[in-house]
Amino acid sequence: MKPKHQRLVLALLALAGIAGAGILGASALRDEAAYFRTPAEVTAGKAETGEAMRLGGMVAAGSIARQADGVTIRFVATDGKASVPVEFTGIVPDLFAENSGMVADGRMRADGVFVADRILAKHDERYMPPQMGEMPKNMKLVPEE
Amino acid sequence: MHAYANPARFLAIARPLTPWLLGLGTALLVVGAWAGLVLVPGDYKQGETARILYVHVPSAWLGMGGWTGLAVAGLVQLVWRHPLAGIAARAIAVPGMLFTALCLATGSIWGKPTWGTWWEWDGRMTSMLILLFLYAGFIALTKGEEGGRQGWALPRGAAVYALVGAVNIPIINRSVVWWNSLHQGPSITMRGSSIDGALLWPLGLTLLGFSLLFGAIVLMRMRRIIADNRVTARLQRMADEEV
Repeated sequence: MKPKHQRLVLALLALAGIAGAGILGASALRDEAAYFRTPAEVTAGKAETGEAMRLGGMVAAGSIARQADGVTIRFVATDGKASVPVEFTGIVPDLFAENSGMVADGRMRADGVFVADRILAKHDERYMPPQMGEMPKNMKLVPEE
Repeated sequence: MHAYANPARFLAIARPLTPWLLGLGTALLVVGAWAGLVLVPGDYKQGETARILYVHVPSAWLGMGGWTGLAVAGLVQLVWRHPLAGIAARAIAVPGMLFTALCLATGSIWGKPTWGTWWEWDGRMTSMLILLFLYAGFIALTKGEEGGRQGWALPRGAAVYALVGAVNIPIINRSVVWWNSLHQGPSITMRGSSIDGALLWPLGLTLLGFSLLFGAIVLMRMRRIIADNRVTARLQRMADEEV
């Protein structure tokens, strides 16, 4: 084996090792590196009452209700498998809307309502001209797991 | 491949290629920017804000593509000892870092009106920020070493570092699939594009335009490095003759 080939084999072996380590590391981070938890994870008991966390999901159709004080809203966050009621006092981003994604910082209250201190809007990967109107039926609402 | 180890051969190609890349890249960029910013309609949901994708996406592509280039150059140097590998890697690092920074900046500007935040530590943003730091590390590792006893070859540590850092590239790419993230999933996949055709075509133009400009910048930087090398060698010879 010429030294050049020896170096090539060594380099490829090292590359495979690095890639393997990277994949192992990334898969070990799977849950920890998640930016938010889904309603299904929350209802499955992965969130303790009072623990600071992020909840992400779709805002269920027809669920946004403004409360009597005028600045508090309530809505239902869903991932298609489970839903969690959310309460938030403050200003939401412009893109916050029903049938659209959102991420909320906050904590679960004992009565099962998620109380948010902050809400971010999450948009999906679709871009289209406005005249195409609302979401085509063949496009999925919730990303695949 | 070693035919191009001779700088004269490389320069014979690089020199005429540079103005072509520069001219064509600029032309594509002008048309693409005009189409993306003026001609095509805004997005159905985000309105005018989404137009920043015509800069943001090419920046991300070149930031990640640049590191892929560094990794290839590192491998070529470690295995084949090709003299152009170190020159190419040094030439790529700065524009690669620049486009990574541009990607982070445009993403931040885009995030504020859409998500409602300048910055969040989600998987995509964090891994892209790591790429920026990796570039800074690479530049630091290769600075002050050039033109010395090893010529323009990368220090061995820097070549290994370029290879190891490449592990971040698939992580950036997959970050929105593996982990829940604020950043949306990939729009363009093997199965097609979820960017409607009416909004997609200017992206093709700016993507190609920025890429050609990137190529032109890299070639110009490589030529400058080779020219520097010649000056150093000539000065060295003159100094030796005087003694």
